[in-house]
This record gives sequence, structure tokens and C-alpha cells, in this order.
Amino acid sequence: MTTPHPLLVTRGLTKAWPGVLALNAVDFDLHAGELHVLFGENGAGKSTMISLLAGANTPTSGEIIMNGEGVSLTSVADAQERGIYTVFQEFSLIPTMTVAQNMFLGREPGPGPFLSPGEMRRRARAVLSELGFAIAPDTVVARLSRAQQQMVEIAKAVQGGGLSVLILDEPTASLTDREVDQLFAVIARLKSEGVGIIYISHRVHEFSRIAERVTVLRDGTKIGTEAMAGMTEERLVDMMAGREIRNIYPDIPHNPGEILLEAGGIEAPGVHGASVTVRRGEILGVAGLVGSGKSRLFRAIMGLAPLRAGKVRFKGQDMTGAPTRAMVKAGAWYLSPDRKHEGLILAERPFENLRMDLMLEGGPLLNLRRLRERAARIFGHVELPESYRSRPVAKLSGGNQQKVLFGKAFGHDADLYIFDEPSVGVDMGTRAALYKLIAELALKGKAVILISSDLHEVMNLAHRGIVLANGRITAELTREELTEDTILRNFFDRAQPQPEPQGALA
Amino acid sequence: MTEAKPLPGVLSIAVRLFVKLGVLPFFLLISVVVFAMLSPNFLSLQNLMNVARQSVYLVLVSLGQMLVLISGGFDLSVGTVIALSSVISALVMVWASSVFPDAVWLVILLGALAGFGVALIVGAINGIGVAVFEVSPFIMTLGVSSVGTGLALFLTGGVPVSGLPFAFADTFGFGRILGTPVPVVIALIAIVGMWLFMARTRAGAGVYAVGGNIKAAHLSAINTRQVLILVYAICALFAALTGLLLTARVESGEANLGGTIAMESIAACVIAGVSLRGGIGRVENVMLGAFFIILMQNGMNLAQISSYMQMVLIGILLVLAVIFDQLRYRLIVRG
Repeated sequence: MTTPHPLLVTRGLTKAWPGVLALNAVDFDLHAGELHVLFGENGAGKSTMISLLAGANTPTSGEIIMNGEGVSLTSVADAQERGIYTVFQEFSLIPTMTVAQNMFLGREPGPGPFLSPGEMRRRARAVLSELGFAIAPDTVVARLSRAQQQMVEIAKAVQGGGLSVLILDEPTASLTDREVDQLFAVIARLKSEGVGIIYISHRVHEFSRIAERVTVLRDGTKIGTEAMAGMTEERLVDMMAGREIRNIYPDIPHNPGEILLEAGGIEAPGVHGASVTVRRGEILGVAGLVGSGKSRLFRAIMGLAPLRAGKVRFKGQDMTGAPTRAMVKAGAWYLSPDRKHEGLILAERPFENLRMDLMLEGGPLLNLRRLRERAARIFGHVELPESYRSRPVAKLSGGNQQKVLFGKAFGHDADLYIFDEPSVGVDMGTRAALYKLIAELALKGKAVILISSDLHEVMNLAHRGIVLANGRITAELTREELTEDTILRNFFDRAQPQPEPQGALA
Repeated sequence: MTEAKPLPGVLSIAVRLFVKLGVLPFFLLISVVVFAMLSPNFLSLQNLMNVARQSVYLVLVSLGQMLVLISGGFDLSVGTVIALSSVISALVMVWASSVFPDAVWLVILLGALAGFGVALIVGAINGIGVAVFEVSPFIMTLGVSSVGTGLALFLTGGVPVSGLPFAFADTFGFGRILGTPVPVVIALIAIVGMWLFMARTRAGAGVYAVGGNIKAAHLSAINTRQVLILVYAICALFAALTGLLLTARVESGEANLGGTIAMESIAACVIAGVSLRGGIGRVENVMLGAFFIILMQNGMNLAQISSYMQMVLIGILLVLAVIFDQLRYRLIVRG
């Protein structure tokens, strides 16, 4: 597919921050109707690249050419006016407003200063149905699942009519496979209308279905642009990492010991009568759609959500309804999927983040020298590079932030580790390191619960698995039964009608 | 967003200093230069000693305020606590003098305990409101401050409570230890104690953690409610200590003490680099911040700037400090 002018071209695009060359002379081009993947480890320059194309930052040097004409994108609004729309991982939706209000935010139809809500609703419904989204325009955005919010973002992009370049940053990060299919259907439709799509993702097996070309970045430099046809995952990963990471999943022997956690008949918001048991030395994989209750079940057990009914026994003791603090002190650790809001103090360095976890034992006075030594040992263990330890965690890449979060987990000598989406937004190299740490915990006789939307992660790491749908456990699977097929078949609770789109609270 | 070109030497050092310490070094430098030019007496040892003595009260209140700010809140009721502890301690001392006329130190002790006791109650109410009922610190401390002021005025009818033991004012208002005024000694002890608390205790590290990210702190088994209640209680105790020292200084219990100190203490902290978002702040800088505010007032007095204009300037300074705080946070987080 070639047109006289590519839709979007960059020549020598460069961005330097004080002390860092984030993007180094990158040439890139995007054709109409093409999906072009940006691939690379965290910190390779993908985010910088899209921030320049989205108008969020201005390049230090180099040029951006749209339809054969040099442009300078001064702001996100400016880029949108030229038809470049970016859906960032953090959505730009206002949770308290409705779908329609969000779609027309700042561009509300109506005479003069007045709004015409009827018109707005009608147009919103038209755009949503054209895209095949089953969302009512009057639904408040906070009530939508992440997948649905992303659809609203896309609808917002399409709504103006002038969309020519759509940039999607890790669009499938928290989507289930069925939602991914839905997203891909929309992408195919947009491509057929001549929209060029820049797509950032780590998930080769997903984007290989829809991508025309892929550009690999490493350390801010372009390694190459290749056609997706005939491309293999191994080759892409080699290009990305500059070294060979063939199998990132370690082999973990299964030596189940005594029962550590026993929860029965758990009733909590979004969870209906789920029971689960975990033994020492095993990894329990937990799969399910977003909103299936797979995360909420364990948040309720950890005292992070109200427990309405049910029993929790941990290490032989009744811990029903115990506050989070008591659970942590008893030796259970929950790793939040939300690094920024629940995990880290962004403005502080890794040490200050870890300090609160290291000071559980000991008297009221801190022994700073000992704390520093322990922190250094832990950060060495999780392979956080020395040079990053003196920076605020906000300035670290997603992968290194996740290593700090894992460091916090290792700061507690817990017996039960609950990892909720441990590799979300993390590059391949870091994932291999994190998986090794998880395997080590199981070998040391700890119990590990691995909640993940990444099926491959569950299939390759877990010794046993459970699948949730509509707040119920729909399957308990042995290692042999943990296949893509069986897991997917249990994603829907056949006893219940299928969830209404609006009903699925994230 | 930020500068594209690498900065020239001096400017880049200034930016790095700004990120590390906040605006205070720049404000201090500018004000010292300006006031030294306006008034020849400004830099005299005697004047600076005077400023040090006057700044004791604001330093003490700011130490408490800092603790609350680092936890992610703020306390507008510090002025009320000063007034309330002043009035209550004075009333108790007057009453106790009539019961135990010969035991002066017992009378002072009872008065002080009453002052600290009422502060502890106010602080606990603030803390429980914020921590348990999740009332915003602004509304909680604003409401409590109205309650406290009303009570202080009601108890005294607006008339100063006099007839305190002479030893009280002689010791805590005007006394000296090894030539150093007693309030200065107390402030120095408080500064050192606070520094140890923030840097070397689990409770202090807990305050930073709660202010930095309360959800993360909760997941790390920190008792976040307890930390918040503790923080407001300590802040109130510092205000009560200030109230007692001021009572000794003016030799009577007065309901109008501490009128503007809430704003001044917040200004002192923010200028000293304590983040309004919580999680960031250092004791030694806050001490300098409070010192700076008093230095400004002293300099403006020497330069014969009217007290009304002084209010205008302090207000501008506070807003400027907050603007610089925003810039600084942006530099730290986004770089």
C-alpha cells in the first residue's frame, strides 16, 4: 500500500533532556491505512517519540512532515487540530462526566455559549454505533471498565471527523482477549478508512495479527523498520534487546507444602461466594476478564475491600475481616497493579520508598546504616541498576519502577505474595528478571498468587490456576489443563447471563 | 515544556539548588541584600539576635505545621490553639494560686498541663476528623479554629486573664540560661528533637510515607490513621508550647494571641521547601523559613514599611512560594 506522500514522516527526530538523549535522529514514516508498531524496551524512546508526535513535547531537532508539509506541533490541541490523536495509557477522560460529555469536551455542539444536550447525545450515539461500541452515551465514565473507557477515547478521536493519525499507547495492556478482538475490529475499520495508526505494544503475538510494519527502537536510536509479514517474535526480541532472550519463563518445580491461605465463601463487592486455597511452594495463577473479580477477591482477603461474608484462615489463624496492616504483619504481601497511585512515592528515591517496608521490625528508632545496607542488598537482588537508585522514582522507566515495587515486596519476609498484574507495562528484559524473582519465592517455600490478564504469564508460571467470571470461580485447573483454550472457555459464567456492558464495573 | 538547550553554568547550578532546597536560599539572599541596603542597622549582631529571639514562636508553630504538611494536610487551627492554651493555662494558674498560694511551681505545672491538655484534645479532634471521617483538613481545622476561638473568648469575655505567678513570666518570658533567652533554648531543643523524630524514628518515616503516598503506606502495613492523628496532636502541642511562652511574655492569658500565625507558619514551611502535596520537607529548612519570615518583618520595620503593607507583602510571598513549589515538583517528577 503506497500513496505519493506518506501520511506522516519524521526526519532526524531528536529529543534531548538535560543529561539524556531520549531520542536520537529517528527517521520514521507512516502511510494511510497502515498500522505501524513502535517496539522496544521501556526507556528505548517510544514514549518520547509519541509525546513529540502528540504535541506534548517539542523536538530538540529534526522535523515532522505531514502530507509532504513540514509542521511544528506546539501543543496536544494543535496536533489534534491537524488530525493526530493520541490515546495515552492514562486516559484523558473526566470520570464524573458522561460518555457523550467526554466525547465533545471543549467542542460541544450548540448555539453560541449554550449547549444542546440532545444533539450531543444523538451525535455521540451515531459515532458509537458506527464504531460498533455498545455503550450508552449517558453512562458516567467512572462506571465503565478500562476497556470501555478506551473505546470512549477512540470515539472521542473519531468524533471530529478529521482523524488521520491515531496513536495508541499499550492499548491492550489491561484488556481481555475478547476486548482485544473488539479493539482490533475497530482498528481494521479505521485502517480501511485511510487512518494511519501508530501502535505501541510489547505483545508480539497480538499485534502480529494487524500490523503492516514495525520499527524497533533501542536506547533512543532506531534499529530498523521491517515488514511484519514473515517477522518472528524471536527476531523482534533480538532486535529490541540486542541480545537473545529466548525463553523468559523459568521452569519452576512444584513442591506443594502445608496449606497457608484458606478462604471460603468470600462475598465482597463484585465477588460472589469464591473459595480458594494456596499451599507453600506453589504458584496459583488467577485469570479472568477485567471486572471478573479476580483482583477484588484477593483485595477483600487482604482487607482492601469490605468483606461481607466468608472465612479467611491464614497460617492456621482466623483472619476474617482483618485490616490490611494485620495481614501484612502476619506475613501476607499484596503487590498493587497501580504503581503510581497505590505503589510508589513518585517524588522520592527508591530508598525512601523501600524504607517504610524495612522498618516493620525493630524499635522506634531507625538504624539508618542498617536500613541502607539492607536496601542496597534488596535493590541488588531485584537488579535495579545502581545509577538509578539516587533518582526520584518518577524519573525511572516503568520496568525499573516495577523493580522498586518488587523491592518493597522483598523488604517484607512474607510467606504469601499476591502479585496483581506484576508485569503491566514492563519490557521483556525486566519481565524475565521479575519472573525469576517469582520463581525463587516458590522455591523458597513461599506461596505465590499470580493475578494476571496476560494468559501466557499464567500458563507458563502457575502450578495451578483458577478462572473467575462475574465474581465466581468458574474453573480450577491443573498445570496440564492450563491452556489458552480452557482458560478462555471459562471466562464466561454460563450460569449467569452475559454481563451488560455498563454493568461491568472496573 | 522545559528548556530544550542545555543551560549555561550559573543558571543550571541555580536550577539544581532550587530543586534541592526550594526558593528559600534565593529569597534569603535577595532580602538580606535589599534590607542591608535600606537600613544600616539590619545586619548588626544585636538586630540579628533580636530577630532570633522574636522568631522562636513562629519556629515552634512551623515545626508542628511542617509535620502536618508533610503528612499531606495542613492545620489552620494553630492560632486558635495558642489562644485557647493561653487562656486555659492562665485561668488554671489563677485558680491554683488561690488553692496552693505557696507552691508556685506546682501552680505553673498545673497551668502548663492544662494548656497542653486542651491542645491535645483539639489536635486529637482534628486528627480523628481527618483520619477517620476523612474530612478535608481545610474544613476540619477551619471549623475547629472557629470553635476554639469562640470558646477562648467565651471563657474570658474577651478580657485578658491576669494575676499569673511572677516566676512564670520571669522564667519563661524573660529568663536566661547561660545568657541565652529561655524561649530560644526551648526552641533549640524542639528543633533538635524534631530533627531526630523526622530523620531517625519509625514514626517520622511513617509521616513521610503517608504524605508521599497514603495508599502505598497502607499496603506497607503503616497505620495511616494513627500517623495522621499523631501528626495533628503533635502540631497542637507545639502550638500550645508557643501559647504558654507567649503567655509568659505578655504576662496574661489572652484570647487574641496567635491571630495571623496559621498563615505565617504555612508560608514559612512552603518557602522552606515543604511540599503542599505532602511527603517532602526538612526540619532545618523550616527553621530557616520561619527565621526568614521574621527577618522580613524586622527588615520592613527598620525600613519603616507600614504594618498594613507588610501584610500585603507576606501574602504575596506565600503565593509566590506556592508557585515555586509547583515548579519544583514538576522539575522533580517530570524533569
